[in-house]
Amino acid sequence: MKFGILVNEGPYTHQAADTAYQFALAVINKGHEITRVFFYHDGVNNGTRLTTPPQDDRNIVSRWSEFANTHNIDLVICVAAAQRRGICDSGESKRNGKDTDNIAPGFRISGLGQLIEASILSDRLVVFGD
Amino acid sequence: MSLIHTVNKSPFDRNTLDSCLRLAAKGSSVLLIEDGVYGAIKGTEKSDLVTNAMSSIAFYVLGPDLQARGVSSDKLISGIKIVGYGDFVDLVAQHSATQAWL
Amino acid sequence: MSDKGGTVKKLMYINRKAPYGTIYALESLEVVLIGAAFDQNISLAFIDDGVYQLAKGQNTEALGVKNFSPTYKALGDYDINKIYVEKESLQARGLNQDDLMALTYEDEDDDWAEKNSIHIVSTKEMSDILEQQDVVFSF
Repeated sequence: MKFGILVNEGPYTHQAADTAYQFALAVINKGHEITRVFFYHDGVNNGTRLTTPPQDDRNIVSRWSEFANTHNIDLVICVAAAQRRGICDSGESKRNGKDTDNIAPGFRISGLGQLIEASILSDRLVVFGD
Repeated sequence: MSLIHTVNKSPFDRNTLDSCLRLAAKGSSVLLIEDGVYGAIKGTEKSDLVTNAMSSIAFYVLGPDLQARGVSSDKLISGIKIVGYGDFVDLVAQHSATQAWL
Repeated sequence: MSDKGGTVKKLMYINRKAPYGTIYALESLEVVLIGAAFDQNISLAFIDDGVYQLAKGQNTEALGVKNFSPTYKALGDYDINKIYVEKESLQARGLNQDDLMALTYEDEDDDWAEKNSIHIVSTKEMSDILEQQDVVFSF
């Protein structure tokens, strides 16, 4: 079965990002497919490579990156939500005259259409938020 | 097939469990996750709400979230099934769609 | 825009949060507008504090934030005309339909007659509508 996952909250403040990750892992372990993980609202903060948690804490961002790399998962950050919150890739950075980008490996920035498309292409959409 | 509803907030803090149970159809399921697991405990002012709904709705609670919060299984309303993340995936697959009461 | 092989799903957006206090209502509306291009069977539900999103007379000038309430009135132009408001949520807040903005659409199957997009429904009716959905978005 194909699963779409929507993450509405950023890492650390809410449990949503952790629950979404554990759920995503279980989806793969059960032999299902993940169409896409879409990050919206403050969820876009799951994709900043500048996150530096204490050494004894989990690194939520790099955990997503490794997950994407290991299982070839499409991690998409909403561009409109990302622009509001200062998450950008090199293209967005140049376009908006910024001096750096901060997107983490394995993530890409795209439009809200990617969320709608994921919901259409997936058998199930599961939402994690506040 | 029917919906599965997820509730992730304590019923003592937010109205999501109340709203979920008001609108959940007969034959649907409710999965309590994150702070929502506090709604599964017996002997609280919300226990009757859950117990009354159990005649027409199946209740599940996420075990890892119970353990994290130090809630042992003997504290739960009888009839609520403890599940893991793998079961969470199975439950979503077994229901027609998922509604998250955020 | 592609509808990927002609699949038409029932997509419902559940709105349960008031505007301005948090961004959820605004960013939910942004998804609705983008999603309108996908030719799916779209409906919106307004439940709990979500009903405040449709309140008349919103004026955000003094806040310095954008008043996005006029956008709801444009939904009809995007062929989004199934807007369900739970009666019990209105009543619990001392509201009735007169307190809400009028949302309308032009019915192309009825000589473009202007019709009301808002349907005030009971809890039971809302529950039944929810059960029919293929995808439920909540923010």
